[in-house]
Amino acid sequence: MSKKLLLKNAHIEGIRNFDTYREHGGYQSVEKALKMTPDQIVEEVKTSGLRGRGGAGFPTGMKWSFLAKPEGVPRYLVVNADESEPGTFKDRYLMEHIPHLLIEGMIIASYALGSNTSYIYIRGEYAWIPDILEQAIDEAKKAGFLGKNILGSGFDLEIYVQRGAGAYICGEETALLESLEGKRGNPRLKPPFPAVKGLWQSPTVVNNVETIAAVVPIIDITGAEYAKIGLGRSTGTKLISACGNINKPGVYEIDMTITVEEFIYSDEYCGGIPNGKKLKACIPGGSSVPIVPANLLLKTAAGEPRYMNYESLSDGGFATGTMMGSGGFIVLDEDQCVVKHTMTLAHFYNHESCGQCTPCREGTGWMYKILKKIESGQGEMKDIDLLWDIQRKIEGNTICPLGDAAAWPVAAAICHFRDEFEWHINNPECLTRNYGIAHYADPLPVVEKQ
Amino acid sequence: MSEEIKKFKVTIDGQTTEVEPGTTILNAARQIGGKSVPPAMCYYSKLENSGGRCRTCLVEVSKGSEADPRPMPKLVASCRTTVMDGMEVKNLTSEKTQEARKAVTEFLLLNHPLDCPICDQAGECHLQDLGYEHGLQQTRTDFERNTFDADDLGPNIKLNMNRCILCARCVLVANQLTNKREHGILFRGEHAEISTYLNKALDNDFIGNVIDVCPVGALTDRTARFASRVWFTKPVDATCTCSKCSGKAVLWMKGDEIVRVTARKDQYGEVEEFICNECRFEKKDVKHWNIEGPRHISRHSVISLNHYQKPEEMVVKALENETAKEISAEDEQHNA
Repeated sequence: MSKKLLLKNAHIEGIRNFDTYREHGGYQSVEKALKMTPDQIVEEVKTSGLRGRGGAGFPTGMKWSFLAKPEGVPRYLVVNADESEPGTFKDRYLMEHIPHLLIEGMIIASYALGSNTSYIYIRGEYAWIPDILEQAIDEAKKAGFLGKNILGSGFDLEIYVQRGAGAYICGEETALLESLEGKRGNPRLKPPFPAVKGLWQSPTVVNNVETIAAVVPIIDITGAEYAKIGLGRSTGTKLISACGNINKPGVYEIDMTITVEEFIYSDEYCGGIPNGKKLKACIPGGSSVPIVPANLLLKTAAGEPRYMNYESLSDGGFATGTMMGSGGFIVLDEDQCVVKHTMTLAHFYNHESCGQCTPCREGTGWMYKILKKIESGQGEMKDIDLLWDIQRKIEGNTICPLGDAAAWPVAAAICHFRDEFEWHINNPECLTRNYGIAHYADPLPVVEKQ
Repeated sequence: MSEEIKKFKVTIDGQTTEVEPGTTILNAARQIGGKSVPPAMCYYSKLENSGGRCRTCLVEVSKGSEADPRPMPKLVASCRTTVMDGMEVKNLTSEKTQEARKAVTEFLLLNHPLDCPICDQAGECHLQDLGYEHGLQQTRTDFERNTFDADDLGPNIKLNMNRCILCARCVLVANQLTNKREHGILFRGEHAEISTYLNKALDNDFIGNVIDVCPVGALTDRTARFASRVWFTKPVDATCTCSKCSGKAVLWMKGDEIVRVTARKDQYGEVEEFICNECRFEKKDVKHWNIEGPRHISRHSVISLNHYQKPEEMVVKALENETAKEISAEDEQHNA
């Protein structure tokens, strides 16, 4: 049974309200933190080994310590709640069910960073959640946890909720800051990094919802205790939003010591695959991370069990591994067509590209058109090599990581499922959809063209 | 006594130069000159915050600095990356850079029509030069290109969105040079397009400069469109007395007629001094100008071919061809 830190009170009725949250130990971490110095809190977060839960997995304490502290210039904390990665919905769950956990985390983080004005930038499609957050902010303010001179500590903090207009790119931190400033959500070139010049040219830390929420238990149990949970450099717990062909889709809190196999098949988590179907592949960290076939998902290339943590999932690089990403765990059973899924993802990234830089603007559209052509049975063999070439030319050459996010799924799909692409080119109909044949049926059956 | 600023030493393709801190790799390369200068489609030194978008100027940093000699993991946009002391950069000598530039050229030409024979920018087009140096011999796509109807952006400027590469230079000009911004980028991704606000025209005093900063033939001068091929005109430096701008311009002449007026550009195709709309669009009579003399044009430029003459021998040779004679006769009959 995994240790629960973030969702331990999620089942309690009325936990969304301040009084219930407070009755169950809420805001004790704030009381504790305000008696510490900001530097002590940063050190505590560093000790915890907490890594950013938005996808990149950068050490949070280190990110906080990079924040420039020029005299007379305001500093900002911005919470990235623009959760738009397909397959990822853990932040929504957290904000909807335990909004005070985020507010509590923000108070601690703002105090540590010296931010007197902090923002939650929330995805436009989460239309009902800003009201929940604003209610929680009001309740916290009435109870003296927000506003002027919080708990007599001399620390002032105001939190504002800003709704985005529903663009995926606004989840990229610099595009988010542009949008927050009221401009078109185009990513900025780095450097300067937000820690030096962020919101309104002031030093800014942008953290994901789950990351900020995790600060609460870190202060509660201490960073050292938090670091004991998990495995290796994957400390603490992680929220996983599981979906796709599984019996129990939902948001789970894991302590990163469990294996992928346990996560998919145990009743505590996903509960296996419906109708006794076989596992074909999985995208374990949100749609932008490489897809892996079943054999490489459950075991590493060396034959070791694959664990649900940053290091184990990325073991073997992109050739045989993948990434933890944001924790959007998408499971594909044997009836799923990888070509179609890849086309759908390519369409998404094409639609969401901001259009600022050339490789992403032109390349994502080109990839989508080729995939559409292959999926509809109009493809040619040379299209597979062309696709491979295009993704390689996008990766690493764009302003922001959206280009990489668009390229990796295509690269991994071709790398692991090239035979399915070839099938689509040689045959008029989809292999899996029409014949129910799993990818691992090797060699692939020959179906004569009509 | 002013303190002497320590200069940074930077090596590009094995050639070392010293530059002031804060200089970008591209500008350091421009100090060296020659073929080590990366091409730039969106960067424009005269406009603030330009660059970083087109990715044509990507270079490989093989040594970060003297203090931290590690190479940079990815190619960097040389127009926006500042040099560090001891930095070593590979441009021409980097296979990765050349490959990326080839890729960017291919991407830029993906939706750009290959209509150089009818495009007014032919001969002055940066994308044409880039395609010549880094492009493939033929396209690898068989999909239809994005098409748009040509648009009049006010009385003097025409927009052919088909040709636009979204470098955003024109948007920066509108923001930084004119007193009223009335155009920008609409939509996103490959559907992004330059457009004016609803029912607005671009008629600010300096808005004509969007034509000069456009690296392709997307924005053209309605008073000079299709008047002549650039290589049939003769550029001369001229000045006029103007209360709005410096009055320093280039007149593109055909005989005694002024076909087009533009600002003066440096060797990297960037305007030296922006000119006003009145000088550009209205002063089309020689009496308005003091002619300084012929403008220096690089002998490698197509513009220097303005004394082109068809050799008599070739005409004769072509007409001796029986098939050519037949076609010519048919053509004459048809036209009659």
